[in-house]
Amino acid sequence: MVALIALGLLSQLVLRLTVADYFVASRGLGSVMLLMSLIGTTMTAFALIGSSGESWESGIVTYGKMASWSGIIHAAMYFLIGMKLWAFGKKYGYVTQIQFFRDRFESDKLGLLLFPILVALLIPYILLGIITSGEAIQSMTGGAFPQLFESTKGAVPYWLGGLTTCVVVLYYISAGGVRGTAWVNALQTVIFLVLGVAACYTISEKLGGAVNATKMVMEYNPTRLKRDVTEADRKLYDEKLAAYQADPKKAIIKPREPHAASKVEFATYLFIPLSVAMFPHLFQYWLTARSARKFRLSIIGQPLLIMVIWAPCVMIGIWATSAIYNGQAVIPPDWSKANTVLPMIVKKLASPALGAFLAAGIFAAVMSSMDAQFLALGSMFTNDFVAHYSRKDRFTEKQLVFIGRLFIVAVVGVSYLLALALRDSRVFNLGVWCFSGFASLFPILFAAIYWRRVTKAGVYASIIAAAGVWVYLFREAQFGQVRAEPLHYGLTPVTFIFVAAVIALVLVSLMTRPPSSATIGKFFAPLDSGVGKWERGGGG
Amino acid sequence: MKKLVYGLLILLAVLHQDYWWWNSIEPLVFGFIPIGLAYHIGVSIAAGILWALAVHYCWPRDVDVSEQAGGQGRTV
Repeated sequence: MVALIALGLLSQLVLRLTVADYFVASRGLGSVMLLMSLIGTTMTAFALIGSSGESWESGIVTYGKMASWSGIIHAAMYFLIGMKLWAFGKKYGYVTQIQFFRDRFESDKLGLLLFPILVALLIPYILLGIITSGEAIQSMTGGAFPQLFESTKGAVPYWLGGLTTCVVVLYYISAGGVRGTAWVNALQTVIFLVLGVAACYTISEKLGGAVNATKMVMEYNPTRLKRDVTEADRKLYDEKLAAYQADPKKAIIKPREPHAASKVEFATYLFIPLSVAMFPHLFQYWLTARSARKFRLSIIGQPLLIMVIWAPCVMIGIWATSAIYNGQAVIPPDWSKANTVLPMIVKKLASPALGAFLAAGIFAAVMSSMDAQFLALGSMFTNDFVAHYSRKDRFTEKQLVFIGRLFIVAVVGVSYLLALALRDSRVFNLGVWCFSGFASLFPILFAAIYWRRVTKAGVYASIIAAAGVWVYLFREAQFGQVRAEPLHYGLTPVTFIFVAAVIALVLVSLMTRPPSSATIGKFFAPLDSGVGKWERGGGG
Repeated sequence: MKKLVYGLLILLAVLHQDYWWWNSIEPLVFGFIPIGLAYHIGVSIAAGILWALAVHYCWPRDVDVSEQAGGQGRTV
């Protein structure tokens, strides 16, 4: 925490107080900083807590659905989308996605449609961070401050944990803008890269070694080590359950009900990581690169670092299903809170130092995503509204940065209050729905870069179709209260939303007048030809 | 080479669907990683290697915009 604040201060000293420095670090980040920032931003607390909790629930399928798909697709997004957007941003001076879309689709009003959608999709993502950090801090600090917090049995209460997270993030983004967050994210990424491996090693040692830990799973919950469930598996489950019910002390582990993974669902999870291309905060990080070549390390490193973070956490989650220590089950038999599995197993089996390190890691994972999200919201508000709709000389650079900071403070305040009100809601489900929404906007981004024939009307139709199907399915899923499971034909909801968006985009584009030759020339001529000129208001 | 690298990336996405390991736990790699998980860790490593090849052989030249291009953002 001290290091994070110090980095915020340091970055403030070198901040030049221009919009470009505050929001895109004057496009000056090198390869390593870019890689660390992108990993820190895309890997939320879900990568630590959610991955172990989800594998405790579902087994090894978690890694294939989330981590290996993300490794392939995220890198593809950086290579096919990120570098192109960086080049457009560099050439035409874009700071936000909306500036690019307004220019590319010759539509000023498109910004008015996209801004509320992007903000609405980001809010659940931000809430996820605040709620996770509040819960994790309370869970990890149980008994630490008995005099101070009697009502929570000595644990730092949820409201204070969430508030601390918000205040620290607010401090260093206000101080350092995106340059400050890049430095802090690099530190945070190192913390949670080391954390998973250290926790995995320590826990396996306490369980008699990794081989023994897996043997316990094979005995009690073998279906967590594969994806299918056979008759033999069900028979074994029934036998183990009967043994546990007959004598819980002797059986020790209550087996977990086997679930077969759906092959179709497994395939359609590829749509989810497409969402990164449309994250406003990732777009902002892409713009921070010093040159397109600085993307190289991020493209290659993304799948490998995702693996380093996810694989140990998935193994810990699987071991937790059947872990026995000192003759007792590590996770209580009828435990249902998947997201507390990692903090609980670390608290029971690892040293207090590793426990503190885990708290720092969770904190780091949460903050490294939240900071970028707050900044992106501030950037969109400042650039797409305040500067866009005001007279050219109405605000100075300093005033624009100040307005951006004020908006961020307001967003932090509102998010914190929402996190207090929605503490018990199923925010992880909402998270998946928000990723599905971002993924459904991917077709318009891809078309903007690679399809000359795409039209403004096609884009409006695509956004409306995606939003319509999203709302319909979200309503069917009781507004996120039921798990984002396949609703129809074994397919994830994002599949339907994505297909509707593509069909509307293609059909309406083909039926309407193509964009002007000036726009085609601007975006499809070789990007290294000549120097573009940025004109106020995003018009080119 | 460019087509080969893109082809291999598509092949990797297809091979991601490892239905043949769906019901397998063994062999346990290093004695503790079930084969289905080990395979997908391998997919991640393969993705890193293939993207390294893509960066080398399929680099889009037109993204190398000059350092002086554009502005450092809006001048107001």
